[in-house]
Amino acid sequence: MSVDGSESERDYLNVAYGVRSWLLTTDHKRIGLLYMVSLTLMFFVGGFMAVLMRLELLTPQGDLVTSDTYNKLFTLHGVIMVWFFLIPSIPSVMGNFILPLMIGAKDVAFPKLNLLSWYVYIVGALFTFYVVVSGGVDTGWTFYTPFSTTAANTHVVSTTLGIVIIGFSSILTGLNFIVTVHKMRAPGLTWFRLPLFVWSLYATSVIMVLATPVLTITLVLVAVERAFHVGIFDPALGGDPLLYQHFFWFYSHPAVYIMILPGMGVVSELITCFSRKKIFGYNFVAFATLGIAFFGFLVWGHHMFVSGESIYAAMTFSFLSYLVAVPSAIKVFNWTATLYKGSVSFETPMLYALGFIGLFTIGGLTGLFLAALGLDVHVHDTYFVIAHFHYIMVGGMVMAYFGGLHYWWPKISGRLYPEGWAKLAALIIFIGFNLTFFPQFILGYLGMPRRYHAYAEEFQVLNVMSTAGASILGVGYLLPFTYLFWSMRYGRKASANPWQATGLEWTTPSPPPGHNFAVTPVVTEPPYNYPTTEALPEPYREAQVV
Amino acid sequence: MSEARSYLELHFRDLEQQRETAELGMWVFLMTELLLFGGLFTAYTVYRSTYPQTFALASHELSAPIGTINTAVLLVSSFGVALSVHGAQVNGRKRLLVGLAVALLLGIVFLVLKGYEYHDHYVHHQVPGLDFAWTRPQPEQAQVFFFLYFLMTGVHAVHLIIGIAIVTVLWFQSYRRRYSPEYYTPVEVGGLYWHFVDVIWIFLYPLLYLIR
Repeated sequence: MSVDGSESERDYLNVAYGVRSWLLTTDHKRIGLLYMVSLTLMFFVGGFMAVLMRLELLTPQGDLVTSDTYNKLFTLHGVIMVWFFLIPSIPSVMGNFILPLMIGAKDVAFPKLNLLSWYVYIVGALFTFYVVVSGGVDTGWTFYTPFSTTAANTHVVSTTLGIVIIGFSSILTGLNFIVTVHKMRAPGLTWFRLPLFVWSLYATSVIMVLATPVLTITLVLVAVERAFHVGIFDPALGGDPLLYQHFFWFYSHPAVYIMILPGMGVVSELITCFSRKKIFGYNFVAFATLGIAFFGFLVWGHHMFVSGESIYAAMTFSFLSYLVAVPSAIKVFNWTATLYKGSVSFETPMLYALGFIGLFTIGGLTGLFLAALGLDVHVHDTYFVIAHFHYIMVGGMVMAYFGGLHYWWPKISGRLYPEGWAKLAALIIFIGFNLTFFPQFILGYLGMPRRYHAYAEEFQVLNVMSTAGASILGVGYLLPFTYLFWSMRYGRKASANPWQATGLEWTTPSPPPGHNFAVTPVVTEPPYNYPTTEALPEPYREAQVV
Repeated sequence: MSEARSYLELHFRDLEQQRETAELGMWVFLMTELLLFGGLFTAYTVYRSTYPQTFALASHELSAPIGTINTAVLLVSSFGVALSVHGAQVNGRKRLLVGLAVALLLGIVFLVLKGYEYHDHYVHHQVPGLDFAWTRPQPEQAQVFFFLYFLMTGVHAVHLIIGIAIVTVLWFQSYRRRYSPEYYTPVEVGGLYWHFVDVIWIFLYPLLYLIR
């Protein structure tokens, strides 16, 4: 890195050197970077599976891989992307790095536990790597019984144990964040002065702590049933497969909110910063965050409309699912109201934030289609569902992840990224994403089922479009990977607050010193206290010319 | 070492903040634990209502006297832990050490009795997965009961073993005079965990042994 570190105070990157200083660190910023490296690796592994799947689907015949291999590809793609990328993505990388800075703390509440949760993540990931190299698993990421406990002849037990283990990582992170937000805030930083990113991490952590243990015990039951052939979910052994689905979705639906709430938090930060305006309806956004977390626990049954749950349960779950749309819509309206009459500028993070709002809205509204009892029967298990949740997961969360990554990159690395390239990448990702997944809505509506490696001829045009989009998307993802690396060495030095943003994280140097703040900050202002009329000052944009 | 300052970790403002943080951390952890057992309690409730007769029959195979004795054992052990926390608060070294020792010994007694019960089930072919044999009707339903019984009590026992390990460490640290009225957070937080393991058993006991 830079050689002139000696002249200024030492920052967290050059306070110590060597592998040991990273692997044994308890500094939340370094742990955030450890997560970033591990998650990036997992993202590309999971992405590679997606590439193979899209290549297979280029032609109607199942010619590139066998159906067995295809089953393993979509299973591992799901497992890796859900548990090893999306769930820890924003919380573990940006939450770890930014949360203590945002609340004016020296570290999270339990720094050693924080490091432990990264090691637990790694152990879970090793289990998954073992599964990948030893022959895979073909149950789908949902592990539905009795297939997973009897018929599947793949590595179900290792996979589920890997997920059980990474569950503990997620629980420990959630626990740490909850306590950090409660107990580590700087003097004067009251709950309603917290940045909305903190609210979203808090709500996410509550879900992690309350939902994950249920998945843990459920997957333990699956592993035991499979390994020792004792009944709990297998009907032949006196079990109830529907109970498995209840348990699984009791975790996995709230997990959807683990995968979107942090993204919403990032977007709240970005929209205010690049509109130079206070967020519209702060309290509403904050409570909508908690509302989504709460209602998220009451809607799991909408995954089981065709699984044989009672019609009354289905009606209740359908109704409750519609309720989740209310706090989600509040957020979207408040973001757009924040833009209204703001001094909007289109730096890269803002491009991602605007992309998020549009794509999340499409993903959310098609979710309502799926929550409708009649329509769900038609599109259940089709590409419509795939398109819907990718609009939330990729169009929402991954967009927000990149938005946040660019926004906080100067803080994390102390360098500015090349704005021109970054804007280009954001554009490519947006186009590639829509070309990949929008055709899938149509495919699903026309009746193409998910999870098959071959399909009817008439679906080919749309599938070719989707595969072409995936290639564009792939290029889009490689770009930030390349130029962010480049900027660590060659990027311009960042000032403490290159965006002229509010928030405590911008009051400390970039990159921050090991203990974050020279003096514990005292907060006297409401959040997002932007002078409402000024545009983002020019110096930053000038500095971007490379 | 005896000075309170040395216990303060660098990222906290004062000991008060550090203590509150540790306590809240344990409470949040116990919420997680509750949901872990919650899954098992739900599974039990579902199958109990699906197979009421077989579950009642199978429940008779458990030894109510041992279950009752074990309940008493755990309750007294929790009293020992409460005693030790009070001892730490008022600088009552003897109370602290005796309280922890009582909890530790009774925890082991519980495990021994539980192990005896497990052995009994093993002898009578009541362990699912290990040549399970049930001569009465609906063996698969009885097997579900025993599966849940072993899993619920087993997960509870694992927690108790962790609790025993914690209490052992606390005892040695107390013996070396690590805790004082200014600083005894680990005793208090460890105690919370022990009480939680106890409370879980308070629910397991009637569900498995008493409802017939």
